Amino acid sequence: MSVIKTEDLTYTYSIGTPFEKTAVDNVSLEIEEGALVGIIGHTGSGKSTLIQHFNGLVKPTSGKIYIDGEDIWGKDVKIRDVRFKVGLVFQYPEYQIFEETVYKDIAFGPKNMGLPEEEIDRRIKETAELVGLHKDNLYKSPFELSGGQKRRVAIAGVMAMEPKVLILDEPTAGLDPKGRDKILGQIKEYHQQKKSTVLLVSHSMEDVAKFADKILVMNKAKVFCYEDTPDVFKRAEELTQIGLAVPQVTRVFNRLRQSGIDIRTDVYTTEFARKTILEYLAKRGESNA
Amino acid sequence: MLKDITIGQYFPGNSVVHRLDPRFKIIITGVLIAMLFSADSFIGLGVGVIFLLISFLLSQIPFKLMLKSLKPIVPIILFTSVLNIFFLEGVTIFKLGFLKITVEGLRTSAFMIIRIIALIMGSSLLTYTTSPITLTDAIERLLSPLKKIKLPVHELAMMMTIALRFIPTLIEETDKIMSAQKARGADMESGSLLQRAKALTPILIPLFVSAFRRAEELALAMECRCYQGGDGRTRLRQLHSSGADYFALGLSIVFFDLVLLLNCLMG
Ligand SMILES: Nc1ncnc2c1ncn2[C@@H]1O[C@H](COP(=O)(O)OP(=O)(O)OP(=O)(O)O)[C@@H](O)[C@H]1O
Ligand SMILES: [Mg+2]
Repeated sequence: MSVIKTEDLTYTYSIGTPFEKTAVDNVSLEIEEGALVGIIGHTGSGKSTLIQHFNGLVKPTSGKIYIDGEDIWGKDVKIRDVRFKVGLVFQYPEYQIFEETVYKDIAFGPKNMGLPEEEIDRRIKETAELVGLHKDNLYKSPFELSGGQKRRVAIAGVMAMEPKVLILDEPTAGLDPKGRDKILGQIKEYHQQKKSTVLLVSHSMEDVAKFADKILVMNKAKVFCYEDTPDVFKRAEELTQIGLAVPQVTRVFNRLRQSGIDIRTDVYTTEFARKTILEYLAKRGESNA
Repeated sequence: MLKDITIGQYFPGNSVVHRLDPRFKIIITGVLIAMLFSADSFIGLGVGVIFLLISFLLSQIPFKLMLKSLKPIVPIILFTSVLNIFFLEGVTIFKLGFLKITVEGLRTSAFMIIRIIALIMGSSLLTYTTSPITLTDAIERLLSPLKKIKLPVHELAMMMTIALRFIPTLIEETDKIMSAQKARGADMESGSLLQRAKALTPILIPLFVSAFRRAEELALAMECRCYQGGDGRTRLRQLHSSGADYFALGLSIVFFDLVLLLNCLMG
């Protein structure tokens, strides 16, 4: 069964003013339980608005959202329970930190859920380790930490709620490449440990390519496509047309193909590129011999 | 919820009212306010309201938007009218226990409601039809004679510009922080007053932190661009007054006189 399902979801900002803007336009989609989904699209394509529907922070102008088959704006649904089920990490989450210590800040979500002390303690220690926060840092003031560390604290704060669906809005924005890979790795680790569904919004095709099993491409408030990662990159040309840069390796392979070399083009990680080239060379070696 | 706060928001347009010289608009708004305050009868107040309605119709601001600007003051209106209705002495028309409604009470509260609504609508009209930057420009020009007595007019205007500029930013920021905390299960809508006050901590602290950060960044950026206020600065936009401005001002003064006249006649 799909864990998130939307039907003709539409959202318009500032209805009835000159600033009216439809940010999500007639989106119908189903996200399978346990999926690792990358969401990509141009600035202003409606990604952030769309994901804020999934935990009921934004009420759709029209259309429906089902979480676990349940209409979240239905009569008997408590929206707070939906938020415990679907955890959302905002863009630049470090700006939401407020407690005196890192420990307390991570505890905020689990506490709101009404969990017992020991369970909260266990979860804090577990997630802190998962996101690579040292034990000594737990009792420091979060404002003493570096930007990257603060980001980890904020992500841990949502992970500690152990939501069934974890959504992250550009968790790697403004980090160096190493920090980026590390955080993405930790999110993947969380996905595997908890068997939860993870949605990740990103601007970087490279990141999404490395990370996600499926990709949702947004374009001008609409879903452009939602497919398995390799299938999406087979459509490199269309993606370029709507102004999205495909990973550099994919571009290289497309060029190779254009210049008459018979090689596959659904290559989107350097790892796989290496394998493909070696295979190709081996094959050519054989046919030459 | 925070999006409903429209006081001080600019609504772009190209109506007669939009095009008036902002200096005149400020003065005319002042005259309107004087009108509303000096009127001591319903007829006098009516004259002020008519002037307001004319400006409002000319401005082409949607009525819905005007209503929205009134929303935040509903509690104030309710509070004052309840006080007036129940606690003014006079001819009693209804009595229940120690509560009684008097004719004078009803009269006064109706008068107050109309006055408050007209005041808010009048000042909203000014900010709806004038962009904040133009507005502070005009204020600076109007106050510039005060430079003679060493009042730092330019700096004050600059402070106002910055404050106005950051209202939407801070509202947006508050919205974002509120959403982020709600996503972590923060509950701001239920519980006792004390609990709700406590529930504000997760919002206020990040908000202050970010306000300080922004202020620091802005100061640094201004310094990097060698900002220097006051003397010797020329302006990008020059303000020009035309016949229409003098006409509008004249009209407002005529209305004001009418109110004063009515006061004398009725009094
Ligand atoms: N609070 C708001 N009020 C009015 N319009 C908004 C608001 N938030 C977003 N929008 C508009 O809605 C559209 C979609 O915005 P959204 O933030 O969902 O885009 P996004 O895909 O997340 O972009 P980015 O990649 O830059 O984060 C944009 O055109 C934006 O201008
Ligand atoms: Mg976004």
